[in-house]
Amino acid sequence: MASTDIIIHDEKDNVGVVVIEKITPNQDCNCWIMENDKSVTIKSKNEIPLGHKIAMIDFKEGDTILKYGHDIGKVVKEIKKGEHVHVHNVKTKKW
Amino acid sequence: MEIPKSFLGYKRENGRVGTRNHVVILPVDDISNACAEAVANNIKGTFAIPHAYGRLQFGADLELFFDTMIGTGKNPNVAACVVIGIEPKWTKRIVDAIAKTGKPVEGFSIEGSGDIKTIMKASQKAQEFSQWASEKQREECPLSDLWISVKCGESDTTSGMAANPAVGNLMDKLEPLGVHLCFGETSELTGAEKVCATRGATPEAQKKFTKTWSDYNDFILKEATNDLSESQPTAGNIAGGLTTIEEKAFGNFQKIGSRKFIDVLTPAEEPKKGPGLYFMDTSSAAGECLTLQAAAGFNIHLFPTGQGNIIGNAIEPVVKLTGNPSTAVNMKEHIDLDVSKILKREMNMDQAGDELIKTTIRTASGRLTCAEVLGHKEFIMTKLFRSA
Repeated sequence: MASTDIIIHDEKDNVGVVVIEKITPNQDCNCWIMENDKSVTIKSKNEIPLGHKIAMIDFKEGDTILKYGHDIGKVVKEIKKGEHVHVHNVKTKKW
Repeated sequence: MEIPKSFLGYKRENGRVGTRNHVVILPVDDISNACAEAVANNIKGTFAIPHAYGRLQFGADLELFFDTMIGTGKNPNVAACVVIGIEPKWTKRIVDAIAKTGKPVEGFSIEGSGDIKTIMKASQKAQEFSQWASEKQREECPLSDLWISVKCGESDTTSGMAANPAVGNLMDKLEPLGVHLCFGETSELTGAEKVCATRGATPEAQKKFTKTWSDYNDFILKEATNDLSESQPTAGNIAGGLTTIEEKAFGNFQKIGSRKFIDVLTPAEEPKKGPGLYFMDTSSAAGECLTLQAAAGFNIHLFPTGQGNIIGNAIEPVVKLTGNPSTAVNMKEHIDLDVSKILKREMNMDQAGDELIKTTIRTASGRLTCAEVLGHKEFIMTKLFRSA
């Protein structure tokens, strides 16, 4: 089993979480989908630290981020596949 | 793993079981803290629980104050209790309610005699209680005597991936054994509130949850002066990778596993529908939430953390676990159980749940938690509004 760099909670999720100290730009990362025990790979575009999220697809402004299979907020600035997803490009729909 | 059937606890007069054998000096109000602390300093084997309130409160806020004080004294982790207040009436109300459990309790009021004479009289009683309690022995008790409360703090994305679902796994395994369970944090379920409501075991429980959440959320929105993005998630949450309150809520929610809650409790309310999972309406501030859960009678607490919350509680042992490998190393002295191997897939959730059950039983049977050894005795009153 290849070591896991990124964990994805649910098959529907469009973001993954970095579970190693950090990933570096242009790193080929192994992703494990917890829900169905499948593996996928992704090439990173940014440095992303432990616990932070990576975009698994391209997003436009207004798109919805899915994690745990649920809506966790809206995209407020375009995000490319492999980029860091956080407070600079995603915002709550609650307040 | 075969789940152990029992733990070693202190059987109390009213049939409840304590995981600890505290003799508590309980001040009724802010100005009685000095007296209570002097008594605790005089008499070894006791400790005081100082706090900031108890004067000029009224209405629902006063009732919650009494529920918190009385519930703390009644908790089976407390063997005996000395209550000290400025005025006799409120002191007596607390003493009389605690006495219904059958445990030794005595009240003293300071007005008319002053600190020094009160300290002397209360110290004599505290000495008697301390020596009496010191002879109590732990006995084998079924796991159904565990009342387990949970709350997470300084969460990050590892909380939702490892530590919180490990607690959920424990709940899934222990609930069928007749354990009482409680989660809270009304405001931190925001974003997951609709999904959480569906976990009510009955239409009544679902309706009660939705109303409780809506009322709390309306209050927050009414008082908010900014968009709250700097409070929820907190700076610590954001540093740990959590982006929105919704993401935090779905992570938080992993703590209840696949359980359904049978009732919704008001703050500090004792559960009355028998074993099972309860939701309690609480603030998401750890000190406040744990104080309310302990006042409702819960005798051991599980606290998953990501970035490293260091909370303890005055009367409930607080077991802390983390799924964050950096926190497990850098804040080792605060972490009772490290489940960060889940991230490397070197430990699965079933194993993490089993490890947590073992740690919980060892702690319930007397092993001191990190928070206890480090002297954490947080006791934080929930205040509903300003005093008169």
